[in-house]
Amino acid sequence: MSKITPEVIAQHGIKPDEYKKILEIMGREPNLTELGIFSVMWSEHCSYKSSKKWLKTLPTKAPWVICGPGENAGIIDIGDGQAIVFKMESHNHPSFIEPYQGAATGVGGILRDVFTMGARPIANMNALRFGDPSHPKTRHLVAGVVAGIGGYGNCVGVPTVGGETNFHPSYNGNILVNAMTVGLADKDRIFYSAAAGIGNPVVYFGSKTGRDGIHGATMASAEFDEKSEEKRPTVQVGDPFTEKLLIEACLELMATDVIVAIQDMGAAGLTSSSFEMASKGGLGIEMDLDSVPMREEGMSAYEIMLSESQERMLMVLKPGPEAEAKAKAIMDKWELDFAVVGVLTDSGRMVLKRHGEVVADLPIDPLALASPEYDRPWTAPAKRPVVEAKDVPQLCVAEALKILVACPDLASKRWIYSQYDHMVMGDTVGRPGGDAALVRIHGTTKAVAITTDVTPRYVLADPYEGGRQAVAEAYRNLSAVGALPMAITDNLNFGNPEKPEIMGQIVEAIRGMGQACKELDFPVVSGNVSLYNETQGNAILPTPAVGGVGLLEDVAKSATVPFKNAGSSIVLIGETKGWLGSSLYLREIAKREDGAPPPVALHRERRAGELVRQLIGDGLVLACHDVSDGGLLVAVAEMAMASEGRIGAVLEAPHTLPLHAWCFGEDQGRYVLEVSDNDLASVLEEAVEHDTAARVIGKTGGPVISVGGRAVPVFELAEANEGWLPAYMGEEMSGH
Amino acid sequence: MKAAVIVFPGSNCDRDVAVALEASMGSKPLMVWHRDTVLPDLDLIVVPGGFSYGDYLRCGAMAAHSPIMREVKAKAEKGTRVLGICNGFQILTETGLLPGVLMRNRNLKFICKDVFLRVENADTDFTRKHTLGDVVRYPIAHAEGNYFVEPEAFRAMEGNGQVAFRYCSKTGDVSDAHNPNGALSNVAGIYNEAKTVLGLMPHPERLAEDLLGGSDGKTMFDSLVEALR
Repeated sequence: MSKITPEVIAQHGIKPDEYKKILEIMGREPNLTELGIFSVMWSEHCSYKSSKKWLKTLPTKAPWVICGPGENAGIIDIGDGQAIVFKMESHNHPSFIEPYQGAATGVGGILRDVFTMGARPIANMNALRFGDPSHPKTRHLVAGVVAGIGGYGNCVGVPTVGGETNFHPSYNGNILVNAMTVGLADKDRIFYSAAAGIGNPVVYFGSKTGRDGIHGATMASAEFDEKSEEKRPTVQVGDPFTEKLLIEACLELMATDVIVAIQDMGAAGLTSSSFEMASKGGLGIEMDLDSVPMREEGMSAYEIMLSESQERMLMVLKPGPEAEAKAKAIMDKWELDFAVVGVLTDSGRMVLKRHGEVVADLPIDPLALASPEYDRPWTAPAKRPVVEAKDVPQLCVAEALKILVACPDLASKRWIYSQYDHMVMGDTVGRPGGDAALVRIHGTTKAVAITTDVTPRYVLADPYEGGRQAVAEAYRNLSAVGALPMAITDNLNFGNPEKPEIMGQIVEAIRGMGQACKELDFPVVSGNVSLYNETQGNAILPTPAVGGVGLLEDVAKSATVPFKNAGSSIVLIGETKGWLGSSLYLREIAKREDGAPPPVALHRERRAGELVRQLIGDGLVLACHDVSDGGLLVAVAEMAMASEGRIGAVLEAPHTLPLHAWCFGEDQGRYVLEVSDNDLASVLEEAVEHDTAARVIGKTGGPVISVGGRAVPVFELAEANEGWLPAYMGEEMSGH
Repeated sequence: MKAAVIVFPGSNCDRDVAVALEASMGSKPLMVWHRDTVLPDLDLIVVPGGFSYGDYLRCGAMAAHSPIMREVKAKAEKGTRVLGICNGFQILTETGLLPGVLMRNRNLKFICKDVFLRVENADTDFTRKHTLGDVVRYPIAHAEGNYFVEPEAFRAMEGNGQVAFRYCSKTGDVSDAHNPNGALSNVAGIYNEAKTVLGLMPHPERLAEDLLGGSDGKTMFDSLVEALR
């Protein structure tokens, strides 16, 4: 066996002081297998060592929360004995190196996190960030990631119902692929990972173990450099067909009563799954690695323990041959490998054998629980000055609108979601393109609303406000379809936490998110942290993506974005100050990326959300859309472009604000409603009751969007909006 | 009507079509595992969409050789109605129950969206509640739906009323602009000679309920129930 030299230690991403701690824990020098195990268990990816201190501050409890962070996924109660299980997770580094497989296995991993807990996955979402469209690699990465997500999700038969896609040069060398899965479980049939019962068998099932993905977790915790492409062999290869079998086999097995504990093998494979199960149960495990189903001959203990081969599960079964036979029969039916690989012990140690010899003997708790926790130094970023509207050039609003709806961040993402099967399972009520996707709970009249949100440029400008805004926008998007916001999962993507200014972004963004979660009763129930998103020292925009889930008791009482009729009133909910700092208008029209981002008034956000949900529930709203990127005029244009027959709008701007600030300011807490004349008085009355600003700003109808004496045809906007992405990807727009 | 839905490893529209069938039939269809070899007396067999056997090798190629397909073929030859949707259509061409092949979409991508279809034969058990030339909206979700068959065979099929549906515009205009995948002559679905077996790429079961955005697909299941009751 190789000697443990300082070089070997460094290659494993272990810092000298961490190695000292390893020596203390072991009381001797570790062998290579043991060192490898430490390296993956203590990687940032698995241990959250830089962020743990701050993650603990997030609110995670509410009466409807069944399970918060710390398990494979978060769980909320949706009544009638049913629960929603969900989580979002990053697969950034692998997706940059090998976009198809990186993205595909990202989807596979997050699906497993959800069905491991006993839930049938019912929806997938994804939040994607790519580099500058003009960067030579961007097109290739977009094509590969989208094909990978589709290739995996379509085959497993879980609808991919929405998400978001942004472009910014800061992601040139470090794209973000954040995948989210939402599953449905019976509240009394939820499975956890804590091992129990000394002597119970530890069982491996699913795919065989190969040499792929060794050190994926360590790779995901390091900065990129020009040699990163050489890391391609550390990217795993996914097999969605096996995943589909695994889902069905797991759910069939879970309907029996033989499972004590179950855990998928994700990052750090057999190592993290076995350690987590043992540590949570306060037990030890003795494993005979010779019994692990292997794809190739001659694999060492090191390779078996660190392999990240996909589509594998570990579980503890109830004792006795009957339980084993029952489980094996189900795996045989689904043609999956099944092997008893170990036994639970009371030793508190992980003892691994290979070819009859003990090849590793490690204490479990010190390794799993005493992973380093850093209180890294951080500096809060300087506050940016507020941008005054009078200092921002005014372009003709019609021209500006046309530019904005066709800019990469706002252009239609139809080219992407039409490659995802978003209808399989037959419950997709709100398809991609809306404020939130809406998926009916099978066989009921309930539905879950799902959204992913964050505005990275705001977080860069002011991490605290940006963190608040990400949560508030998720709240708003769920409310906009009429759903009660229930809980979020977060996916915190940042640069190198060893730099105080990056650590400052992390600390401040988490503080902002925590405050918004608290004030909106919108707790965090699961999450994932991805750090070291830097290439050659350049960090990504701080991107704490939020995946929000809401509940609609009656799916028939929801609202959608498209205008329905000509001649209705257009009502703006919320207050407009004309905030242009850090806006898309400023970036796309004035070519400036500066200024303080719009502040979020959480109490107003909450009242506006309550108002909108009530109006939708009372059937007073024909259409509803939240106001976000691009401001009011973009929101109205989106409602027009989405409408059947391309219904336009005539708006009247107030004289109290510069026109461009009113049209494109990104003030928060706002919604646009389409209301019929009959219902207008009730809507305005209800707004007064909720102490929320509501103003009629115009009427629907006609073929144009017109404001301030300027007009632009809706079909022209729609062509620009639909045209950008297909043209960029080198394709004609497909016919309808 | 008694109906069965065949389930292969990798099928993923089996539940969806069972739900649509139940809504029209008033009772649940029988779900049949691919390893079974015998089917009871039935009026309709549905081969559902999905990725049978992962679609490895070639779409539908492995499923076509699974044990249950011998029985499906035998039943079909005796006149039991068979409906193959999406991957099910691919399987039916692979077994030889339907002529032609389904190649990769001409844009080489998976496409999921609603399309319009013109009913080309309203005189079958699958379409009797339609009128010839009706335009219906069904979703497609496939990467290999580009139908092809030898021109001579196709002429004979057309003459025999075997073209079931063609991709078209909202108003029924059949042109290349409305062909999503490059299929020969905009063909979206075809019958066997006896019009007892139908294979189509679009998914009627996905728009069989207004809440999901439309119920054109329900008409097909209602037609079958009316014909086979």
